[in-house]
Amino acid sequence: MGEAHVLTSAEDTIPYGFDGTAALKGPVGVVVLPGSTAEVSAVVKLACELNVTIVTRGSGTGLSGGSVPSAGCLVLCLTRLDRILAVDAANLTVRAQCGAITAAIDAAANKHGLFYPPDPGSMKISTIGGNVAENSGGLRGLKYGVTRDYVMGLEVVLPDGRIAHFGNACVKDVAGYSMKDLFIGSEGTLGIITEVLLKVLPRPAARRTMLASYDRMEDAAQTVSDIIAAKIIPCTLEFLDRMTIGCVEDYAKIGLPRDCEALLLMETDGHPAAVADEAEQMLALARARGARDVRVARDDAEALQLASARRSAFSALARVRPTTILEDVTVPRDKLAEMVSFVAEVAKKHKLLVGTFGHMGDGNLHPTFLTDERNADEMARVHEALEEIVTKTLALGGTITGEHGVGLAKKAWLRRQVGENSHDLMREIKGAWDPRNLLNPGKIFD
Amino acid sequence: MKPSLKLLDYSILQQCMHCGMCLPACPTYVATNKERHSPRGRISLMRAVADGELKLSPAFADEMSYCLGCLACQTACPAGVDYSNLLETARAEVQSAGLNQTFTSRFWRTVTIRGLFMRPRLLRFVGRLLWLYQRLGLQTAFRKIGLTKLLPQDLRRLEPQCPTIATKFSPQLIRPVESPAKKNHRVALLTGCVQDLVFADINRDTADVLLANGCEVHTPPVQPCCGSLHAHNGEADAAKMLAKRVMDLFPPSQFDAIITNAGGCGNHLRHYGALLADDAIYGPLAKLWDTKLRDIHEWMMEHGCRAPRAGLGDLTVTYHDSCHLTHGQKVTKQPRDLLNLIPGIRLVELPEANWCCGSAGIYNITQPEQSEQLLVRKVGHVIGTGASVLATANPGCHLQIARGLRQAGSPITLLQPVTLLARAYRAEAKMKDGR
Repeated sequence: MGEAHVLTSAEDTIPYGFDGTAALKGPVGVVVLPGSTAEVSAVVKLACELNVTIVTRGSGTGLSGGSVPSAGCLVLCLTRLDRILAVDAANLTVRAQCGAITAAIDAAANKHGLFYPPDPGSMKISTIGGNVAENSGGLRGLKYGVTRDYVMGLEVVLPDGRIAHFGNACVKDVAGYSMKDLFIGSEGTLGIITEVLLKVLPRPAARRTMLASYDRMEDAAQTVSDIIAAKIIPCTLEFLDRMTIGCVEDYAKIGLPRDCEALLLMETDGHPAAVADEAEQMLALARARGARDVRVARDDAEALQLASARRSAFSALARVRPTTILEDVTVPRDKLAEMVSFVAEVAKKHKLLVGTFGHMGDGNLHPTFLTDERNADEMARVHEALEEIVTKTLALGGTITGEHGVGLAKKAWLRRQVGENSHDLMREIKGAWDPRNLLNPGKIFD
Repeated sequence: MKPSLKLLDYSILQQCMHCGMCLPACPTYVATNKERHSPRGRISLMRAVADGELKLSPAFADEMSYCLGCLACQTACPAGVDYSNLLETARAEVQSAGLNQTFTSRFWRTVTIRGLFMRPRLLRFVGRLLWLYQRLGLQTAFRKIGLTKLLPQDLRRLEPQCPTIATKFSPQLIRPVESPAKKNHRVALLTGCVQDLVFADINRDTADVLLANGCEVHTPPVQPCCGSLHAHNGEADAAKMLAKRVMDLFPPSQFDAIITNAGGCGNHLRHYGALLADDAIYGPLAKLWDTKLRDIHEWMMEHGCRAPRAGLGDLTVTYHDSCHLTHGQKVTKQPRDLLNLIPGIRLVELPEANWCCGSAGIYNITQPEQSEQLLVRKVGHVIGTGASVLATANPGCHLQIARGLRQAGSPITLLQPVTLLARAYRAEAKMKDGR
């Protein structure tokens, strides 16, 4: 592989000790950056022989600690496998290596009048392999679904180093178990994804982006319910609370109103006539629910600016306090308003600062506690608050994680959510597949 | 007290939540795909030093030096991490620990940063000698007969990069006080060091643009270096001393604005307040100073720069953002707006306009390979625009990209926005005289 691609000095390896998750880091002994699937396979075989565990990472932007190294592990960094291999406009597919950047895949599809819908917040730098391993979501989940809905095939290096291929370019394929689906969202515990075959869609001919501001969060949530009830499925329905609006505006300086309680970012795309009609209806529904101000983005540039600003929300919240603890709880859409006000109450009760934003259209919210990891007392209160939020989420029929994965951050709650039998079955699969527990040990479950 | 990462306010390090948003904006990460060459990677190393988990080492020193200091990460960072502060502290700590210094690097450091750039008159004298060397044809002759091969290796590498020294320096072009017909503002003009030796005519252009917009221009003939070079290279004490000298020469209360036309200097100049925060006497003065400091483009657009009535003919112009003007000072729109005021100019956007050209202070001297790669990337984009003029507003970028364009055999002219505007005003005056 060449010495340049095996890192062992402290100065080289310390920067691989963390991913995008706050307050989590681990010790790194060695980082290996393979340049081909064959090299990945060789590294896995060697690790297997030496009984060394492997933690796989791409750009390290994960938000549940999925690629935080564990003691004594080898960090397998796949950013060098970054080629986009083919865009097949006839079959609407893109084939890419695992280290290809999500936004680059979308840009490659764009050249053929196509697009790749999943758009996680870190799409400018996140790798597609990481997106598949975490089953990432994004701002367009309501209409377009998540990463899983776009994976047609995978090349995977198995825990013993064998290379396997799953799926193909056929829209219909019921030959045997749908093995690729087992790997999507497996968080690096079952195999190492080295290549992906993705579904892409024709680019919508028109798109309209709108922004509505409200004095009460409930009114924003109710607008969303009204839109769905009117049989409209917009591609984006995002919200920011007051704290988040302030932080995003501090960073992006695009004139967001700082004095409202909720901002709703709405986008509809598709046939120009349908877009025009849906946008009119959505604006009317927002006004009817008492939106204080409703406006339409002037042009594509402004629309992009608004979406980018929303994408920066999580990092922008880090301006306020030293440590930013991000949650990813998701509830059925009609319970979202209840959940948002519950989060606010819990924060108040435990005297904590919280900023909440997220995907109102699909019930996925990101309550973000602004705290300081060095303040033990405050951190204890954060954990109590998280516990209450998780309990409420599960009571409402929700999930502990909508799009970030379990990793290290949420494994304590997985059993409670999925139940004993389901949890055991997951562990049995992991045990059968990787009996020596060499791939990403300690993630998802102990 | 020596600057140190351990003594630095820890919350500045904690501000980085390592989300990775900086990675695609960082030229050294994009070039290498290695985390240690990224902003969050470097911050993790700094934090490891502060936490006592990593000792200061030659490799750490190398990494701090490999950073361009372009601050593109600060523009990209939603969390508002003060990377500039972190980098300067880390470099100062490396410097005071005496790491990674060969005899020659120490020698050149002493000669330049501690010698020439502390003494403006000496700097001009050396500049004049260089000018003579270039003017008398000695440069060409030495090169021809191979005498330059006798130079030590470092100098031999740099010799071809040595900019052509100007025939006249700023004081020979600009009187200490120049007044417009109708005076609206009283401003001071900082002439810079490299700008003065190589681009004194750009200082003249800057003065002309100010005069054409009702500003009385005060330009003392001998001005100290602003200290930016020192601060960026870990010489905090020298930087403070120079800042005080600059403020002694230009008492901020006497001017409506203090004008700089070099992006790199400007970014340092407008942060004297932070630099001298602990100084009982100069601290408050520095705070006032920061409020008066303006980049020329910023000042012009703030006060409704007058559009010239004549232009320079039809010109396609593209604009390169100097890192410290755009990422440091956040002056991005104003230079473009200023160019758009000139009749006949068609401004085309340069792809990756705010991507570092590799000049980065003395980076082209300390890290020649990476610098060259960035230059080639930049020049490729510039040529691709089809423009006949590239405008930029920093002497470092100006010299670097002009050299790159020459190497590529491109006929594109490099000018600064103020020069284009000054020429348009002159064309306007000529038109009036003609009538």
